[in-house]
Amino acid sequence: MGTAAIEVRGLWKIFGPKAGRIIGSPDADLEPAQLRAKTGCTAAVRDVSFQVRPGEVFVVMGLSGSGKSTLVRCLTRLIEPTAGELLIDGQDVCAMSARQLRDLRRHRVSMVFQHFGLLPHRRVVDNVAYGLEIQGMGKAERHEKAGRILSLVGLEGHEDSYPEQLSGGMQQRVGLARALAVDPEVLLFDEPFSALDPLIRRDMQAEVIRLHREVGKTMVFITHDLSEALKLGERIAIMRAGAIVQVGTPEELVGAPADDYVADFVRDVPRSQVLSLRWICRDPEPGEPLDGPELPAGTVIHDAVPAAMGSDRPIRVVDGGELVGVVSRVDILGAVRPRTEAPPVPPVSAGVSGEA
Amino acid sequence: MVSAPVRTAPPPMPPPAPPVPGPARARRLVRWAGPAAGVVAVVALYAAFRGTAVLPHDDDAALFHWLNDARDWVDANRNSSPIFLYVVNYIRLGVAELYTLVQGGLVALGWPGLIGLAAGLGWLAGGWRIALVAAAGFAGVGVLGFWEASVDTLALTLSAVTLSLLIGIPLGIWAGRSARVRRIVTPVLDVMQIMPTFSYLSPILLLFLIGPASATIATMIYAMPPAIRITALAVQRVPGVTVEASESLGATGLQTLLKVRLPLALNTIMLGVNQTIAAALSMVPLVALIAAPGLGVDLIRALARVNVGAALVPGVAIVLIAIVLDRVTRSAARRREGGRRARAVRWGGFAVLTAAGIALTPALATEFPEQWQVQVVRPINDVVDWIEGHWYVFTGFLNDTVAYGLLNPLQDVLTSAPWWLVTAAVLAFAWRVSGPAAGLVAAACLVGVAALHLWEHGMETLTIVLVASLITIAVGLALGVAAARSRWFAAGLRPVLDAAQTMPSFSYLLPAVALFSNGRFTAIVASLIYAVPVVARLVEDGLRAVPATVIEAARSAGSTDRQVLWKVQLPMARNSLLLAANQGIVMTLAMVVIGALVGAGALGYDVVAGIAQQEDYGKGFAAGVALVLLGVMLDRITQGANGRRSPHKKRNA
Repeated sequence: MGTAAIEVRGLWKIFGPKAGRIIGSPDADLEPAQLRAKTGCTAAVRDVSFQVRPGEVFVVMGLSGSGKSTLVRCLTRLIEPTAGELLIDGQDVCAMSARQLRDLRRHRVSMVFQHFGLLPHRRVVDNVAYGLEIQGMGKAERHEKAGRILSLVGLEGHEDSYPEQLSGGMQQRVGLARALAVDPEVLLFDEPFSALDPLIRRDMQAEVIRLHREVGKTMVFITHDLSEALKLGERIAIMRAGAIVQVGTPEELVGAPADDYVADFVRDVPRSQVLSLRWICRDPEPGEPLDGPELPAGTVIHDAVPAAMGSDRPIRVVDGGELVGVVSRVDILGAVRPRTEAPPVPPVSAGVSGEA
Repeated sequence: MVSAPVRTAPPPMPPPAPPVPGPARARRLVRWAGPAAGVVAVVALYAAFRGTAVLPHDDDAALFHWLNDARDWVDANRNSSPIFLYVVNYIRLGVAELYTLVQGGLVALGWPGLIGLAAGLGWLAGGWRIALVAAAGFAGVGVLGFWEASVDTLALTLSAVTLSLLIGIPLGIWAGRSARVRRIVTPVLDVMQIMPTFSYLSPILLLFLIGPASATIATMIYAMPPAIRITALAVQRVPGVTVEASESLGATGLQTLLKVRLPLALNTIMLGVNQTIAAALSMVPLVALIAAPGLGVDLIRALARVNVGAALVPGVAIVLIAIVLDRVTRSAARRREGGRRARAVRWGGFAVLTAAGIALTPALATEFPEQWQVQVVRPINDVVDWIEGHWYVFTGFLNDTVAYGLLNPLQDVLTSAPWWLVTAAVLAFAWRVSGPAAGLVAAACLVGVAALHLWEHGMETLTIVLVASLITIAVGLALGVAAARSRWFAAGLRPVLDAAQTMPSFSYLLPAVALFSNGRFTAIVASLIYAVPVVARLVEDGLRAVPATVIEAARSAGSTDRQVLWKVQLPMARNSLLLAANQGIVMTLAMVVIGALVGAGALGYDVVAGIAQQEDYGKGFAAGVALVLLGVMLDRITQGANGRRSPHKKRNA
């Protein structure tokens, strides 16, 4: 894999008096409510570890209060972590001096906020150029650069508006442009679309996918919306009470939830649109014909429906030219049917890299 | 024989259930028994010990002489002690130099230049309307015949405001950024705010001698708290996410301060400037007591002679200056957008108006032309005489009712009761209303007044304050409730209250003097006019802040308007009402003290006499301290609102 873009090992953030003493003591294992009652401290992030590959979209998802916003702020030490290791592109962020940290924030990692955080007294173009301005870039150059970024996010013509003259969605485009303007390696998104209307949210999600394709940045995306997480995330970390419950691809989370909490989360997800054939194929029964259509194991079940309709023979599921099993029409119907009490089908083979 | 039929008779109606269950009634009894017993005890003790342990006033108390000696020592060592030689005297000279500089600059502009500059600034801040207000206001000062004195007053005000802002804004930014600094600064500001302005004239005089330097410093001290407070608030209110966004892009602390915090706080800080100027202007007549040049001199002199006309004209001149400065800074505080063109128009207009004024200066006379001045003193005095002649039945009746019905009996009680009884009663009352800490502080303040040998004068001042506060709170409550319940009433009241809050505080003395001549009642009327608007506004705002949904719920349950008021609005607005009472009392004290200028006597008069006469310096100084103690006491007693809110504040932090 090479060096990870971001590597987090054993990260803790505890708010409150003498927070440092709690880590390593038996108190660290208490539930947040008990910990608060006993010590007056709040454990927002508890022993979190994960890696983000360069160019990956990594989603951290959890309900409000699960610590995800604190976690993303710890990545550039906007909130100082209490303990743990934090590497960005192999460099130890916790060891950085104030100056090195500023350099990191100025050039390599930038962030998009839920409530935008725009400067109301500056025009759009000056908001976008703000990051360049504090780097000391001259006015003409930064305005020229900001103009280019504005057209990238679809805001050309609004350079001279003030933020309050724009709609919420457009304001967040300004926030996005401001983060992109410094040409960072990593973009952090803290629930950027939660404050927006559903339709605009969908547009903005599409915008992020498009931008990711075009500029290929590493992205860490915080959300409380599962469908957003599934849509954007190459891998998703599910947080609960400050800890990561499971990390995996959307398929792994839906197909093999690590515990009841995750299972409960993904219950309403239409499985046939997330899971691939790998999850439902089985060994052929004796005498079953093996001359049906052939599909790769990574095919989403939903996309296998036309093939199943075109032939009454079971579909042969192959992985790298090797037969891993078959799927009949009944198997597909079973996956598409609304789920009641049935437990998830045990996976045939899936690398679940969950860590609880 | 007798008992048998009773026993066999069918039982009558079952005994009715007691209306209040036993324990609850007992609890209610206990709740009222304590205070009732306290009142009875105080009355009984008063009856028993009346006339003992009283502290009659003594002009020759040893403390006063000792303070006089201390003053003499300072005078003797003013030019040899290192503290004076290297610190105090330099401050005095520097401040005096600043005043001379500003005053010289304003004079050099000439009256056309100054009017032009004012109009230009008005244009810059708020367009042609404000430019017109500024020009008309300053010209009006000239028309009234007080141009030169007004320039002196303006120079003093601007010097003091400049110093206040130079110190206050950085301090406010620091307090806004650091919770620790805030914890230190807030109580100091609280005390400064309840300190009657008179109380620090004597010490300042001691340090900086009589003259413009002392006046500027006194004004600065009074004007600085709003600058600090509002700046701190403005900086704190900058949205955290905006600051965070700036930091996430790698801005340094200084960059975030200059590019995010200050620009976002600027409009609120301008309101702080506005408040600072208003406070500074309300000091104008008071600093005239320590020989500040300007309009205050004429005003004080006329007030001393009860020449209402001669006092009203410089008073109106100060109000005109206050209105101009208020409107200009208030419109500057409003945020404007607009492209390059709008900005060019603003600055262009400013340049044109100012230049036009300055260009006219050499062409026109240096003095404001006499033929443009109007003489209004005599007609005003005629009106005042007419009022005195025709309304005497009414004003005299009011005056006598309050004097004989309220003031004299209360003063008799307070001065004839043993000092320890008054102190114990205050302790008990404050303890009950605002908690043990407040009770102890209040009692300690009273003991302090006794120790300063100013008990009798202190009780006289307290009498006036209590009567005035009572009337103030009653009237303010009634107006506030009426305004909260009737939209029409509120619409009519608002502009009156707004105007009242722009006026410098002493200006309320003038109508009171016009109606009631000199005396304690005049001070009461003035404090009524001064404090009622604030009380009424706090009450109205408190009642209006009750959520509409709660009122709707009460209405839907069938409550009448009266029930909604008494059972929902007033209880829910409790904190605002307590705050209104607190503000009303503190403001009343401030005004009653100033009332010494119109014959309210007591501690305020001691201060004035101490400034005017060498041999009374010690008493005046002590009276200033006693006023601070009374202020702290009254504030603590009525702090119930703030005191009870603080635990919540701590929990939220």
